[in-house]
Amino acid sequence: MEIDVCPPEQRQPNMSIEGFHADYLKVFYGKLFPHADIFKWMSYGNDGKHPACDQSYFGRREFSFTLDNDIYIRFQSFSNATEMENAIKEKCPFKIDLGAVYSVDPPKRHAYAGNNVFTPVERELVFDIDMSDYDDVRHCCSGADVCSDCWPLMTAAIKVMDTALRDDFGFSHILWVFSGRRGVHCWVCDGRARRLSDEQRSAVADYFRVYKGHENGLKKVSFVGPALHPFLVRSYNDVLKSFFEEDMLPSQSLLANEARYQKILDLIPDESTTSEIRDKWNSNRRSSISKEDVNIARWEQLKHALQSSKQKGLRRCVEEIVFSYTYPRLDIEVSKRMNHLLKAPFCVHPKTGRVCVPIDPRRCDEFDPGKVPTLSELLGELNDMDRVRADSSSGLPAEEWERTSLGKYIRFFRSSFLQPLLKSCKEELEGSYSAKLRQSKDSLGW
Amino acid sequence: MEIVRSNRKSTAAAADSVPALSLYRSAPSLEVRLEEFELYAIDRLRVLKGISDGLSRGKKPDEMEKLVSELWRVNMRHQDANEVMNKDIISHFVLRLVYCRTEDLRKWFLSMETTLFRYRFRLEGSESQRALMTDFNLPYKPLSHAEYEGVKEELSQVARSIGLPHNADSMFFKVHFEEVPELVATRKVFIHKGYAYVAMNQVASLVVTQFRSHLSRALALTNRKWMSSIRDQEKDRLTPIVEAMSSSYLGPDYSQPKESTEISLKDIDQVANSSFPLCMRHLFEKLRETHHLKHGGGCNWGCSSRCRNPSGVGLSLDDALAFWRRMFFDCQVGSERFDKEYAYSIRHNYGKEGKRTDYTPYSCQKIISSTPGTGDHHGCPYRNFSEENLRAALRRMGVGERPMEEVMERVRNRHYQLACTLTFEAVHGTSCDSGVNHPNQYLSLSQRAMQSKVRGSSCPLTNSAVIGDPCVDLGIGDPPTHLPFCRMGNRRRRDKTTSDGRQMDRWAHLPPFLSLVGSRKKMPLTSGDVGRRVNV
Repeated sequence: MEIDVCPPEQRQPNMSIEGFHADYLKVFYGKLFPHADIFKWMSYGNDGKHPACDQSYFGRREFSFTLDNDIYIRFQSFSNATEMENAIKEKCPFKIDLGAVYSVDPPKRHAYAGNNVFTPVERELVFDIDMSDYDDVRHCCSGADVCSDCWPLMTAAIKVMDTALRDDFGFSHILWVFSGRRGVHCWVCDGRARRLSDEQRSAVADYFRVYKGHENGLKKVSFVGPALHPFLVRSYNDVLKSFFEEDMLPSQSLLANEARYQKILDLIPDESTTSEIRDKWNSNRRSSISKEDVNIARWEQLKHALQSSKQKGLRRCVEEIVFSYTYPRLDIEVSKRMNHLLKAPFCVHPKTGRVCVPIDPRRCDEFDPGKVPTLSELLGELNDMDRVRADSSSGLPAEEWERTSLGKYIRFFRSSFLQPLLKSCKEELEGSYSAKLRQSKDSLGW
Repeated sequence: MEIVRSNRKSTAAAADSVPALSLYRSAPSLEVRLEEFELYAIDRLRVLKGISDGLSRGKKPDEMEKLVSELWRVNMRHQDANEVMNKDIISHFVLRLVYCRTEDLRKWFLSMETTLFRYRFRLEGSESQRALMTDFNLPYKPLSHAEYEGVKEELSQVARSIGLPHNADSMFFKVHFEEVPELVATRKVFIHKGYAYVAMNQVASLVVTQFRSHLSRALALTNRKWMSSIRDQEKDRLTPIVEAMSSSYLGPDYSQPKESTEISLKDIDQVANSSFPLCMRHLFEKLRETHHLKHGGGCNWGCSSRCRNPSGVGLSLDDALAFWRRMFFDCQVGSERFDKEYAYSIRHNYGKEGKRTDYTPYSCQKIISSTPGTGDHHGCPYRNFSEENLRAALRRMGVGERPMEEVMERVRNRHYQLACTLTFEAVHGTSCDSGVNHPNQYLSLSQRAMQSKVRGSSCPLTNSAVIGDPCVDLGIGDPPTHLPFCRMGNRRRRDKTTSDGRQMDRWAHLPPFLSLVGSRKKMPLTSGDVGRRVNV
């Protein structure tokens, strides 16, 4: 995706690069945030134009605002687009979270007595992948930082999961969003996905669970059995193997020195093999003649040793190592329950100033988190546009955002995600409407 | 259940091809005798409670399979082979009525029935399982050959990944992945475009999930129907049975004779005077006065009389009939009419009409909850008597003034069983730590107290003194955790002191007893009478 970056000399001199300020937010929500698109998305076709529309649908969606000073307001809802837009512009939340669609309007939940009256009825299937969960395998940064050496882990994760969600689960309306700093979120918006129960969601999340991370001393990925599930095989063959061997090994220098390669050797349960290899690497310093990257060369040696070994338990060691390092590490809890909140796309991240823009999964290799527009950059662009417009007398102003760096992202959101989604929602509404008309009485006795 | 003419004949003929398991999709068209209504349900309830017990003890699947098989065999058999299936179905639907009424009841029932179904399904052979799936129109489509060819590589991979042999002949089914969450979560199925490809040997999971969700919906529907129409329509007949069943006294069975010492008719008068609890004393007095009791009262009396444990009034069936006949004859009822009108009731209580062995006598709960109509004399006197009458009755029993006040205090707070316990303590001069939960228990404790007095010891009747006595087993101690709806008051025992430092009554925390729907009216009169049409 091409990104237009404002040349530095045109920026206002007194605006910092990473600016995040309530005043900026006011302008952002006033001119840039795509209120109408968010509304259309959240309505899922229930815009009142079809007799089958559910007029109460949008009003039952929970919004949550995080204001300045960490003030947190849950269970907000709005009955129409204008109400939502006005509330956002007035409150200027630092963060907007999207919750579930509930059985009744969230603000009115206390008016209903009894158990189980206020419950979530629909919610997108969501995933959250955070780079900090990979801290034990990336040596370039840690914690909040992210760079072009470790970001490809996210890319690999997106590829693995996007393919599985489409091919295995049959979902098509999938939105990947940059979380603003160091991760990605995934929103699966198909009707089938929204209607999954907590149990079913849990099942999908567990299907994706391979890395059972963070237990000290235990192997975190363990493959037993003579074969791997087709999903794992495909992920390995199509994405993870080449990513590990060609990208991660060299960029993270995983085998270059003892401290690093010991971590990999720790994953191998057989002492004799590992000591043999260790000796080999210790004694055999990299020959200056070889042009091959030391990491790649050593990996070949290690693979050979493992795959030709007669020992049991080493059968799947190569795959286990690769998966340990590269397989997506999901925050499972986010996906399992319907009432979990998740940050809305197109928010601005308070720590980085970057906008949470969508990512095209088909071109995720090209995504660079460092080039995502920041709030201050965008405001700079707006200022420039104002000056230009003031100078010239030509033409009606288009929507302000269209000519900023944000434009491409919003256009992508609309064409690639929103429009196909709304089309499918309409079809679904029409279909169920005519089915209801034809339906016979329920014959269920007691 | 719509009642039409019985179609049992046709079921019998088709017995071979009818699958042994039912999905209980819809209530069958069967005639149900009112007895069977309750008795079948109680048998099934024993199975479900046995399962609940097994689960809470953490039994493994193999053990559960054996347990279920055994429970089913013991409780759900029937002399008439054709009736076995009917019993299964009838009992399930009756219990649906019983357990549809609150969220907790529904959850429990759903859980137990699903478990029961799961293991019964497992016990079926694979051919039978396949037949079941087709019969029940479950939305799992067997793969066509072409489809199979397209995915057989992946299917084989999955099979190998979970360590199962991949039989090229085995049937595979295509189903939406949402239907098999457990298989998806553990990656035990191949999924493609939202469909899971499930092997025959994984089918149980599918069927059970389907069963569960269907039953869950059905229970909600049943509840609505119950609240809106059935409960009122059946308030004279089924409703009291249904409402009592979920809180039924399913503790130790008083129906099994323990020892053979019986009390003869002559001794009854004496025993009544010294050891009967007030409710039974009252009935007994009235019986002598009026020579017969209306059915409600008769049921109470008949039950207790029938009990043949050493604490009880050991009347055999014939003795009881003779006793009553004598009473009724005085009233010029005449033998014939007696046989017709009242003998059935007695026989019913002895289970000769019904298929069960004996009829569980009424516990205090049940007695307290029943509301006698005019002319009836059953129910709990502590609840039903006016203060004046109650004081008089207690005085006749020998309760002194000070204990009388304590008893009346309990009555005012609606703690009727405590009142009875205090009465016991006052009359016998010993403490009764176990409390009174059953008239026969009172009788038993009383007899024991008398005997120990005779022997010269006057040890208080604590739990330790009478370990093993079934009456006291349900006194203090752990509540029967496998019986979720056995509302024993002791469940929430706590020691409390009042603000002035006095130790509060041990059982003061018991809630006042809830009242249920009214008494049972007349049962069917003759033994040959089949129950009235049950229209639920």
